[in-house]
Amino acid sequence: MGSVKSIPSPAISADERSHEVDRPSSLVAHFGTEQPLRLDCGVDLSPFQIAYQTYGELNADRSNAVLICHALTGDQHVANLHPVTGKPGWWETLVGPGRPIDPKHYFIICSNVIGGCMGSTGPASINPATGKVWGLDFPVITIPDMVRAQAMLIDRLGIDTLFAVVGGSMGGMQVLQWTAAYPSRVYSALAIACATRHSAQNIAFHELGRQAVMADPDWHGGGYADHGIHPHRGLAVARMAAHITYLSDAALHRKFGRRMQDRELPTFSFDADFQVESYLRYQGSSFVERFDANSYLYLTRAMDYFDIAADHGGVLAKAFAGIKTRFCVVSFTSDWLFPTSESRALVHALNASSARVSFAEIETDRGHDAFLLDVPEFFDISRAFLQSAGKARGLKGS
Amino acid sequence: MSVQEVLPLDGVAARPSGDYRADHRLVAEMVRPGSKVLDVGCGDGDLLQLLETRGIDGRGIELSREGVNRCVAKGLAVVQGDADTDLVNYPDDAFDYVILSQTLQATRQPKIVLENLLRIGRRAIVSFPNFGFWKMRLQLLIGGHMPRTENLPATWYDTANIHFCTIKDFVQLCDEINVKMERSVALDLYGRPVPLNLPWWVWNMFGEQAVFLLSRGGGK
Repeated sequence: MGSVKSIPSPAISADERSHEVDRPSSLVAHFGTEQPLRLDCGVDLSPFQIAYQTYGELNADRSNAVLICHALTGDQHVANLHPVTGKPGWWETLVGPGRPIDPKHYFIICSNVIGGCMGSTGPASINPATGKVWGLDFPVITIPDMVRAQAMLIDRLGIDTLFAVVGGSMGGMQVLQWTAAYPSRVYSALAIACATRHSAQNIAFHELGRQAVMADPDWHGGGYADHGIHPHRGLAVARMAAHITYLSDAALHRKFGRRMQDRELPTFSFDADFQVESYLRYQGSSFVERFDANSYLYLTRAMDYFDIAADHGGVLAKAFAGIKTRFCVVSFTSDWLFPTSESRALVHALNASSARVSFAEIETDRGHDAFLLDVPEFFDISRAFLQSAGKARGLKGS
Repeated sequence: MSVQEVLPLDGVAARPSGDYRADHRLVAEMVRPGSKVLDVGCGDGDLLQLLETRGIDGRGIELSREGVNRCVAKGLAVVQGDADTDLVNYPDDAFDYVILSQTLQATRQPKIVLENLLRIGRRAIVSFPNFGFWKMRLQLLIGGHMPRTENLPATWYDTANIHFCTIKDFVQLCDEINVKMERSVALDLYGRPVPLNLPWWVWNMFGEQAVFLLSRGGGK
């Protein structure tokens, strides 16, 4: 059995994907040499660009802007058809007409993170100094770097204070970084299924994923672009491993159990006999159609480095001292990647800073992925939190 | 308890009482408008909503996940937490008032909880069911069983209330930890205040529940 059979080749070519890298089907903000992005690693990234989508209208006093921060493998297409996969927006359950974050009330902004591969500058972009793809020459970026870039975009859009910053997982990390770095620019913050630092177990899973990518001979030390190929097998394995961490034992059991895939009896081979194997292979192969392998390395690294307390003398509460932002923290009972205990530690720090915070743990067996799924209780809470904040802010229609 | 009668207390009588509980209205009346308040054991957030109508910045802690989520879904700033373990996370003087409404008897360490209330709040408002109430006494004395009332319907083996006390017991505890009682009101079975000019033993006998406004004592 060949390895090509075990993980199907992507249906979408690297060329189709790379079109989105440099010339995305989105709005793009270009930042020239006069406006470099100062990175935590000490490098000034310049020039660079940020690809973003907006929904709804900015009101006259510019007070209704909501920034959505995407997770590790998300992008700016939060509430529209994806230009590569043709699938619905990744958070259409929360964002869109009639949803808790409704473009009728809010000016919604979602940008691709720095280091991403859907139009914001990242390792798959062309390095203007060489005319070639950056690859591993791209500087290592952090969550604070992503947020700094977003703040430059928000400045460019002429917005001083965001009504809300919203995100789950790595998006939630950005929400927290926004409040720590720019407390006066964030009126309310909705941080979902996240933590103020990446745990040792999570770093370990990321390392597993990166090693899978690097073990693929097609990776070519990160220089696969020069060879016109993409390490899709390594990246697919990385995605498969990560995907398990997004689910839960109970959810996998409920969805697949030990059921067989299109067969009654085991084949006594390494074919995908079990439905759960077939599902994971599909997850791996569909992911590589839309994602760049080096970008995956950089973004997982950014999450690993995240630790807000470490940036504030080891005391988390100091990061939020005197903050006026209204917080809502949400966790899910079966999320073992960002367990409730992490949210609780954040809430304790916010309490110690006398911040206004709501914290709800939602019961579900769907694991970390629950934040992207149809969980009505989560929507009710999100809607009520934003409405209450909107009322306090004097927003019409909230 | 949904008492429609208007309490003979200034402040409350002038406002529409709605369906708010008598003890909640009494508590709300004790809080100065514009204050910052923490409601420990806030349940479904009824008291916080009442406080909000009076322009008070209210926060809540609630033990049950269902209660918390209902509060958050009302737009209230409520977190899941335990009065026994989570009050330590709050800094000194974080609030003008900390309210413990019908929750003291369910804590593991009422004395430490009370001390924490007056550390993080400049004032505390504590309400609790009075186990010295005549009906309670009668059930134990004549019936020979642990008392149960409309407001405390649980049996001894499934109640969350593990530290019942009488008004007299509570007053003793306040003296012991040097807490100053600024105001105290006992409510009878119908949510009406027991007249103020009567002696303590009458309160302890006829008060079905009590509400105390406390502050830090001087001296120690």
